[in-house]
Amino acid sequence: MELLMAILIGLQTAGGLYLVMRRRTFSVIVGTALMTYAVNLFLFASGRLAFNMPPIYSKYAEGYTDPLPQALVLTAIVISFGMTAVAVMIALGAYLESDTDHIDMRRDPMDLDPDEIAPEDDDFYMPGLQRPKGDHG
Amino acid sequence: MNHWIIFPVILPAMFAPVMAMAMRHDLLLQRVFSIAGTVAMMMISIGLFISTLDGSIEVYTLGNWEAPFGIVLVLDRLSATMLVLSSLLAFGVVLYAIGSSWDSRGRHFHPLFAFQMMGVNGAFLTGDAFNLFVFFEVLLIASYGLMIHAGGAMRLRSGLQYVVMNLVGSTLFLFAMGTLYAVLGTLNMADMAVKARGLAPGDQGLLLVGAMLLLIVFSIKAAAFPVQFWLPATYSNAAPPVAALFAIMTKVGAYAIIRVYTLIFGADTVGTVFTDLLLPVALVTLCVGAIGVLGSRQLPRQVSFAVLASMGTLLLAISLDTEQATTAALYYMVHSTFAAGAMFVILDMIRQSQGNTEQAPGGLVTSLFFVAAIAMAGMPPLSGFVGKLLILDASRTDAWMPWIWAVILVTSLMTIVGFALRGSRYMWKPLDPNFTFPENLDEEGLPIAAARIPGLAVTAACIPLGLLVVLTILAGPVAEMMRETAVQLRDTAGYITAVLGPQGGS
Repeated sequence: MELLMAILIGLQTAGGLYLVMRRRTFSVIVGTALMTYAVNLFLFASGRLAFNMPPIYSKYAEGYTDPLPQALVLTAIVISFGMTAVAVMIALGAYLESDTDHIDMRRDPMDLDPDEIAPEDDDFYMPGLQRPKGDHG
Repeated sequence: MNHWIIFPVILPAMFAPVMAMAMRHDLLLQRVFSIAGTVAMMMISIGLFISTLDGSIEVYTLGNWEAPFGIVLVLDRLSATMLVLSSLLAFGVVLYAIGSSWDSRGRHFHPLFAFQMMGVNGAFLTGDAFNLFVFFEVLLIASYGLMIHAGGAMRLRSGLQYVVMNLVGSTLFLFAMGTLYAVLGTLNMADMAVKARGLAPGDQGLLLVGAMLLLIVFSIKAAAFPVQFWLPATYSNAAPPVAALFAIMTKVGAYAIIRVYTLIFGADTVGTVFTDLLLPVALVTLCVGAIGVLGSRQLPRQVSFAVLASMGTLLLAISLDTEQATTAALYYMVHSTFAAGAMFVILDMIRQSQGNTEQAPGGLVTSLFFVAAIAMAGMPPLSGFVGKLLILDASRTDAWMPWIWAVILVTSLMTIVGFALRGSRYMWKPLDPNFTFPENLDEEGLPIAAARIPGLAVTAACIPLGLLVVLTILAGPVAEMMRETAVQLRDTAGYITAVLGPQGGS
């Protein structure tokens, strides 16, 4: 059981990590979601795996399972849910504003060739600000 | 039990929803509330700071659950210093945001600001590792909103990078928490320190793994090499008051490193593994920052790299891990927070002063930039110089001393040259001596004067600068206070006894 759990968490983390490294925002967000699922399982397992045990100490039961990781997982689920929602909203906003869903800050969003070096551009429009003033050198 | 300890957390937590719900259409009311809340927070922080001056460590048990079963807030000298630091910076930033009307360029600036302060203050106060994670998330989710405040394509795109970087960081934090809980069986920091000291030798490896993961997480926050890439794009693309507030965010990472790696994973638990690792990391961070300062073409980017360099310097002082070095680190931390905060608002004033023209900004703004650049580069007479001097002095006996001195001195020179270069291009070089550019002339063909900056904005920008001057004049007493903080910080038994009671420390 422990082995299965470990392999599962490892696979999920690896998949999440791979997706996070992608260039498109959609796969990156799916990747972070996958990683949060993996970490939820991991947290759950950190209190040792136990079957059919009450989460509280009782003299009638043979043993008990640690309730604290379960509480931690609940917190983590809520937080990661909220975070993913925020990330989706910002990704959507960035896509609609700039017509590209690339996660890197390439100068020309339409330029899909990753190897081509962007030409030296003297007055590159400073993001979100006006053009830099007083600097032409 | 001193109930004031919880106020820096719940005060903004109560103000923010009121501002977001009841006053969402009334900016004036939001402004009044926001200033009132920040001032109240500042007063409470200063009061708490004064109460810690006698060296006592106060513990606030939430819901009156005894540690290690419940969550505790712990107020010691370091926490109180950080609270005062964050609330003073927040006061300057919120005044600037109002004075320059940046808060009206997007929605919900003030509620998000309050939530951010709640997260920052909570992270400084908490004595529970998982609670630290929760407060990190609170400050992060507020910072996501602030990061994209006022919108714009590039700001959203760099905001997305920032979010993804921190989402991965949060996941790592949870992995670290799970590992540490599995090996120590507790998440109360004082209890973790006790358990880590009495750990079976076979579990040592797992403890190191958890500690290493945690170091990576805090390094992401503190923008240490090699996870510093998010910082320049984030800081230079955020709205200027937000970037100024973010000056405290990297310090949260630095604070967490100081706290966790003296209390739980100190030299008496795991040896000097982590401080040995942090030293080269800090040196490289410092070099990357300085090279960036020299190479940036735009002022906001340059200042972002200067922030990176200051984080390198700070982490360097932290990694030396002696009483003297921690004193220097704390002094430099206060200095670099105010310097970065001042610099970002002054950059905004430069832009406002230029308006749509291509000419030099007004004289007042130029001189403010001059003062802030001196502080940031660490030149005499301001506190950056004192801070670097303290760090150099503290590293005198270290084995790495030639490297440390060489890197700090050379990068300081690079920063000075970088700021002098960019500063003179922006402020002095006559771009349009004969007024031939049409954007520099009004309808009647006369040159447009530099735009006036609202008085409140100038006053607000002078707050962090003024605090830097105070920090310089009072360098002796402040350094002495920081020394006592460092002594208290290194006395982990005192912290553990305060949280767990006299029998818990055994």
